[in-house]
Amino acid sequence: MMKPRVAIFDFAGCEGCQLQIVNLEDELLSLLDVVDVVEWREGISEKSPEFDIALVEGAITRPQDVRRLEQIRARAKVLVALGACASHGGVNKLRQRLDLAAAKRIVYGDAASEPFLRSGPVQAIDEVVSVDVRIEGCPIDRQEFKNIMRTLVLGGEPHLPNFPVCVECKRAGNVCRYERGEICLGPVTRGGCGARCPSFGMWCFGCRGSVDEPNIHAARAVMERYGRTVQELEERLALFGSR
Amino acid sequence: MTQHIEIHHVTRIEGHGSIVLDMDEGAVKKIAWQVPEAPRFFEAMVLGKSWKDMQTIVSRICGICSISHSLACVKGVEAALGLEVTKQTSRLRRLAHYSELMQSHVLHVGYLVAPDLLGQPSVVPLTKTHPELVGLVVGLHKLANRWSDLITGRTTHPITLQPGRMTHLPTAGDLVQLQHDLQASREGVWRLVDAVGGLLDRLPDFERETEYVALVDGFDYALYDGEVGSSDAPKALPVARFEEVCNEYVAKDSTAKWTRWHRDAYAVGARARYNLSGMRLSPLGRKVADAAGLEAHKHNPYYNTVAQLAEIGHLLDETQVLIDKILAAGLKPERGEPQPHAGEGVGSVEAPRGILFHRYAFDAKGRCEAANLVIPTNQNHGNLQRDMEALVPTIMDRPESEIALLLEMLVRSYDPCVSCSTHFLDVRFVGRGAGHGEGA
Repeated sequence: MMKPRVAIFDFAGCEGCQLQIVNLEDELLSLLDVVDVVEWREGISEKSPEFDIALVEGAITRPQDVRRLEQIRARAKVLVALGACASHGGVNKLRQRLDLAAAKRIVYGDAASEPFLRSGPVQAIDEVVSVDVRIEGCPIDRQEFKNIMRTLVLGGEPHLPNFPVCVECKRAGNVCRYERGEICLGPVTRGGCGARCPSFGMWCFGCRGSVDEPNIHAARAVMERYGRTVQELEERLALFGSR
Repeated sequence: MTQHIEIHHVTRIEGHGSIVLDMDEGAVKKIAWQVPEAPRFFEAMVLGKSWKDMQTIVSRICGICSISHSLACVKGVEAALGLEVTKQTSRLRRLAHYSELMQSHVLHVGYLVAPDLLGQPSVVPLTKTHPELVGLVVGLHKLANRWSDLITGRTTHPITLQPGRMTHLPTAGDLVQLQHDLQASREGVWRLVDAVGGLLDRLPDFERETEYVALVDGFDYALYDGEVGSSDAPKALPVARFEEVCNEYVAKDSTAKWTRWHRDAYAVGARARYNLSGMRLSPLGRKVADAAGLEAHKHNPYYNTVAQLAEIGHLLDETQVLIDKILAAGLKPERGEPQPHAGEGVGSVEAPRGILFHRYAFDAKGRCEAANLVIPTNQNHGNLQRDMEALVPTIMDRPESEIALLLEMLVRSYDPCVSCSTHFLDVRFVGRGAGHGEGA
């Protein structure tokens, strides 16, 4: 059997998700036994006309990125969104609140009109092309990545956990962040991270996006019980581009 | 004669960079180091957001330096809000900081530079030809990652590093185990130095003295705290005056901003730190530096990698002392969450690639009104450009493939970081005269 050909690409992002792949260390070497990495950030080149699995990290912010992503889509059998920026836009979406011209002036001053600073709206990759699989998180979880890749290599269809972070947080025995007077996105955010942030003393930032059909009524009841407003919750949701 | 030659090289730098070389009849007309990375506008993203969200946002500037960005951020937020932290908090932060320096240096030396020294395109073939070396690198990198996980809750994008406090503490048992693991890794570090040290004659013989800028503190090899020192200035500046150091400007064709201080460019990073504080390296750091002949080559940019190796030795010594201090004081619960008020402040640390500055201003509700973030790689762009201008005339009679390799290795030596991992560098030769290498 031919090994599945895998290509890895990145757009606007911190490349921390790809670093998690490197951080698999010796497990990465085992992964390389069962897949062929045919492109890893070589950009679009003629070297590999198509591949079975394309892993795409980062958000889309420029017209040239839209074209490049469409070409990747055309060459890929399975397109995987790698991490929060690709899946939801990630922190990049925060820029959307501001007028782009203003954002450029703030960062680049008088040089803001230089053509190489041309930039468009921030989009998750599924706002541009169809996406087959999402791997959630900022950054992605190494073990979850490994499990999803294994499923894909075996020809299966990976599925995302569809319970909120609260489930894992309760299981970990953490005191609820609302009891501490904090706004936590646990009630609406997709689990699977092991409630890592609440377990290390912070609230959930919502980096894994919402569960399918989040229980808004329950979330609203929690907000009311602790005297918080839905607006506060929405402001937190904006942090990683959740829609 | 007009010629357009494009040479694509799969290389190992962290971020997007291009080199355009324009030669005419054997003379260099133009050489440009360009950074076409997609602009992300972090200084605009944080506007209006709460001081509580700053670390979460700015950590995402960079997957590989996320701990350094988090530390510069929380120190800046604390300076703005007038918060003091306990000795325990500072020590645990240093411990987190050292883990990232270790992660990053091992990744650079082992995964990104070693293949150059062994004439291989990437680390993958080395698993067959040099399994012992790869094993050492993987072992040290895993240890550094576990160490970050332990202190910050995650290898990348730390959780516990927040203004005013650590949100979660390791146990004394965890720290003792870490100390033990680090002690056990010393021999491996020495074997890595041996393996890499034996290949240093493959580094190009190229010296160009420049201005070096790094944190200095007069006592220690400054990494976490200090003032801004320069090899061109007798007196250090407080970090709050960093804008006088950086003098940022937007360079043509680059989405990154460039900097200059006393000269038209300066260098930051391990080699700059060594040039300013080398006499303060720990015993193991000094031993590594001496074994690799760093002092004699401290003006050779390719030796930045060697300075990183010396810092790996230094970090092993320093971490043992640091953990001893934390254990001797006993771990105590950290205090509660601080309250916001208006203010402005600066935070700075030495990121793996050099000095990093964050400035924040907050209104009375603790909402961010302004931010200015200056990252090390941007501070190196100008110096890298000057190095290329000095290097190319000395190597231009060589085949194109060799020129390209030497330029790529130069870029890699700076360990440029807009992010992480294997990357692609596009070296374009434009209008080069005929009769050189594969150019046709």
